[in-house]
Amino acid sequence: MNSDTYNSGPVLAISKMSIVLGGNEILHDVNFELHSGEFSGLIGPNGSGKTTLLRTILGFHRPAEGSIHFEGKSGFANRRSIGYVPQKILLDPDVPVRARDLVELGLDGHRLGIRLPSKERRRQVDDMLHAVNAEAFADQRIGQLSGGQQQRILIAHALIRRPRLLLLDEPLANLDIRSVAEVVNLLNQLAHQQRIAILLSAHDINPLMGAMDRLVYVANGHAASGPVNEVIDDKVLSTLYGYHVDVIRVHGRILITTGPGDEYFEPGRDCVTPETSSLP
Amino acid sequence: MNNFINSIFQPGFFSSGPVHTALFVGGTAAIVSSVVGIFTVIRGQAFAGHSLADVSSAGGSASYLLGINPLLGFLGMAILGAGSMELVGVEKARGRDLATGVVFGAGLGLAALFLYLDVTTTSTSGATVAVLFGSMFAIPSSTVILVVLVGSATLAVMVVLYRPLLLSSLNPEIAAVQGIHVRLVGMLQMLILGSAVALSAISVGAILSTALLIGPAATALRIAKRPGFAVWLAALVGLGTTWIGILLAYDSTGWISGHNWPVSFLIVTLVFLVYLIARPRSGHRGSITSKETSIPLPTSRP
Repeated sequence: MNSDTYNSGPVLAISKMSIVLGGNEILHDVNFELHSGEFSGLIGPNGSGKTTLLRTILGFHRPAEGSIHFEGKSGFANRRSIGYVPQKILLDPDVPVRARDLVELGLDGHRLGIRLPSKERRRQVDDMLHAVNAEAFADQRIGQLSGGQQQRILIAHALIRRPRLLLLDEPLANLDIRSVAEVVNLLNQLAHQQRIAILLSAHDINPLMGAMDRLVYVANGHAASGPVNEVIDDKVLSTLYGYHVDVIRVHGRILITTGPGDEYFEPGRDCVTPETSSLP
Repeated sequence: MNNFINSIFQPGFFSSGPVHTALFVGGTAAIVSSVVGIFTVIRGQAFAGHSLADVSSAGGSASYLLGINPLLGFLGMAILGAGSMELVGVEKARGRDLATGVVFGAGLGLAALFLYLDVTTTSTSGATVAVLFGSMFAIPSSTVILVVLVGSATLAVMVVLYRPLLLSSLNPEIAAVQGIHVRLVGMLQMLILGSAVALSAISVGAILSTALLIGPAATALRIAKRPGFAVWLAALVGLGTTWIGILLAYDSTGWISGHNWPVSFLIVTLVFLVYLIARPRSGHRGSITSKETSIPLPTSRP
């Protein structure tokens, strides 16, 4: 169901897609492609429709217009082979599920009945835990792990069925700096080594700089996509936002001043705007 | 040696028909409730479970008026209650609390009516106590076959649904992405919950059935690290406390003034004591979590 069945062309192709939820148009005329082996960022301010876009790709919402082709097909049934890491998963520390149990459920959690022990399955789970560098805490309850550790386990859960496409919704939110770097490096490595197309949503572009191959930027109901340097551009982003936007590059970091007026600049402080929020 | 055994198992314990029925019905109810209880606790449905049990008491009390087997009354009303909760809406946590509360209130109102009618229009003066607090030694032996059917059907559904139910209890979204019909699994879990509390209701009574549903599961969740082990441990705790409770109740004739102690009281007390004694295994609180300090990224302005 993966690898060789569909090797030419994009893994995901979205064209002229509009999403309407509850009578409101969330996104209009979205066009982009994702290719295997590429790590793409889905960047945009909070509330810009990143989660809705991911959930539409997964088949939770139907686009009002336009098309989504996954591995060349437009149906929803084949989307079961998309890996997904949801925005936040809150697990009680008392839930008796170890990290490795959750990864194992990624393999066969949708099957009915109870399973018999299997060496082959155990080896697959161990391999996956190794791939996300999670062997050290594989036998701990998932609810007791730190945010970064939980993210790695959720990535392993999503990847164990060998999807061609992995979607992650704000996996870096609420992680400490070291964990952010770890998760980004891990995903970058997985995309290139295992030829997976990865789309990761984030409201801050900076942790992904250098790791991203492509970028889909959503704002104001529209999306722009392409190589990072083409999209992160005053002109492109100003068109997207519908008012003048400045892209400022400071010491390798990118600040995007998205405020429509001066109120977003505080005298005496760096021009840290809602969406740029880079770390000190 | 014989004296020792006799002092534990009073003469007649193993040959008494009502004791056999109690051991069988109580044991089945305990196993089913404890296993279903694991998922009830993980899914945060303890209130729904307790409410279903109370709602089922309307069916239990109606069975005296209709002249049907009490289990059918409890079961019918519990499933009706579970269906009503689903209809009112149990998807969101808040909606679930509201749905549960609404159905709970209506069901208990019916129970009040039927119990009143039981006492005033039929000759079953003990109906109230039997329905609410159970009367394990007075279960008609004809109930056994029904208990076998309901208990094994419930466990069979549980076994079939095990993995999808576990995954959708952990996170409905990743379950849905994996192709699980989360809503359907949730509805079936409510039906399973309904039949588990109905089985407990005829054993320890509608009100006390929560003890068998939550107690053994909570004990197992304290100790077990894996889901499969938690299920077995809960079943074992439920079965053990129920059987020991029945034995103690049988033996208790000589304790005070020649009367038996209420078996339901003894069982739920044992369940509670076992929960208190159960301690998480050492190293339960992982040390890795505390090593990593979490520095939240600056969040955007509202």
